[in-house]
Amino acid sequence: MSIGHTLLGLLESGPRHGYDLKRAFDEKFGHDKPLHYGQVYSTMSRLLKNGLVEVDGVEAGGGPERKRYAITEAGITDVQQWLATPEKPEPYLSSTLYTKVVLALLTGRDAGDLLDTQRSEHLRMMRILTDRKRKGDLADQLICDHALFHLEADLRWLELTAARLDKLAKAVTEG
Amino acid sequence: MSAPAGSLLSAQDLRKAYGPTAALDGAHFSIHAGEVVAVMGPSGSGKSTLLHCLAGIVPPDAGTITYNGRELSGMSDAERSALRRSDFGFVFQFGQLVPELSCVENVALPLRLNGAKRKEAERTALTWMERLEVDDLAKKRPGEVSGGQGQRVAVARSLVTGPRVLFADEPTGALDSLNGERVMQLLTDAARSTNAAVVLVTHEARVAAYSDREIVVRDGKSRDMEHVL
Ligand SMILES: Nc1ncnc2c1ncn2[C@@H]1O[C@H](COP(=O)(O)OP(=O)(O)OP(=O)(O)O)[C@@H](O)[C@H]1O
Ligand SMILES: [Mg+2]
Repeated sequence: MSIGHTLLGLLESGPRHGYDLKRAFDEKFGHDKPLHYGQVYSTMSRLLKNGLVEVDGVEAGGGPERKRYAITEAGITDVQQWLATPEKPEPYLSSTLYTKVVLALLTGRDAGDLLDTQRSEHLRMMRILTDRKRKGDLADQLICDHALFHLEADLRWLELTAARLDKLAKAVTEG
Repeated sequence: MSAPAGSLLSAQDLRKAYGPTAALDGAHFSIHAGEVVAVMGPSGSGKSTLLHCLAGIVPPDAGTITYNGRELSGMSDAERSALRRSDFGFVFQFGQLVPELSCVENVALPLRLNGAKRKEAERTALTWMERLEVDDLAKKRPGEVSGGQGQRVAVARSLVTGPRVLFADEPTGALDSLNGERVMQLLTDAARSTNAAVVLVTHEARVAAYSDREIVVRDGKSRDMEHVL
């Protein structure tokens, strides 16, 4: 995720101090990974240098977290461009799991067992996310659902592969 | 092999053939009170057969099933159906509600069959419908409610007798993911609150994620994933 664009976006609704920006970010997007203050300052000084924000005031006491930042016109344009640009879909074309399955088949090991164990590991993670979703607010639900759908996609691939193991075994040992 | 200590329902080395087809070929199972166990595995692997055997609906050719310290094969047919009515609840993929009865009458039906008075049965039925957020549909016929609503009515009916084991075979199979998840949430919340065990057959990972653990059935053989890692 682009921290710079996200912080810029947060500034669009009005100027904020460094500590306030960090808190807003953590609250909305940093569930698992809160920002370090260091990241905030390095990002803000880059945005400052590029003219995307300006210092709008400094609170008594000094220190970078006391600086108040405001977004500039160029900053607004930058946010607008970022939002309008689609994210590149992940091609997901290299898969460790696929490699492991093929190697298991090549070496005469039980690939079905390998897939069962992987399913179990995925489900373990999915249970944790499901639990968090149950207890969380709408933001939590959406974030967890995003992860859950991705893990589910892995498992759908896994089930399909499990159903075609005999065919795959033939193909890799003949090849 | 004997029943795992503390399990409410367990099965050892179940075998069941339909003609030349071995639907179950040495399947094991056990579940504790209050536990939700997902039964996963490819189509035709024997999941539903396992569920039917565990619930005493289909007799296995070989193997033992122990419920609450008693072997199912040692019971008469009448005893087994009495047990199903008093201790077990069932939810299936679809087509379970009686179309001529209203939703509340459907939910009250198991209580009525156990001899409860109409008023009392429908009062209890309504409290379950409230928990599943379908009490406003009490007077409607099953044909007048949506798939997701109907499934919640079916879940309410499966829980109305306070079963100690709930058997659910693809309970969300006919629902979209939002409705399916809501049903799972309500179903598992309700089961947990009454300490019921849930045997949940599903091929959907997001549904299985509502379980505490899973077993995988493949070619009629079961694999308990808890003891693998
Ligand atoms: N009543 C029956 N008569 C004959 N064969 C049966 C019967 N019930 C099941 N079978 C066979 O037994 C095997 C296991 O069936 P089962 O219904 O248990 O599979 P399942 O895992 O529930 O599959 P699905 O995910 O498609 O529901 C299949 O080969 C099926 O064709
Ligand atoms: Mg089935």
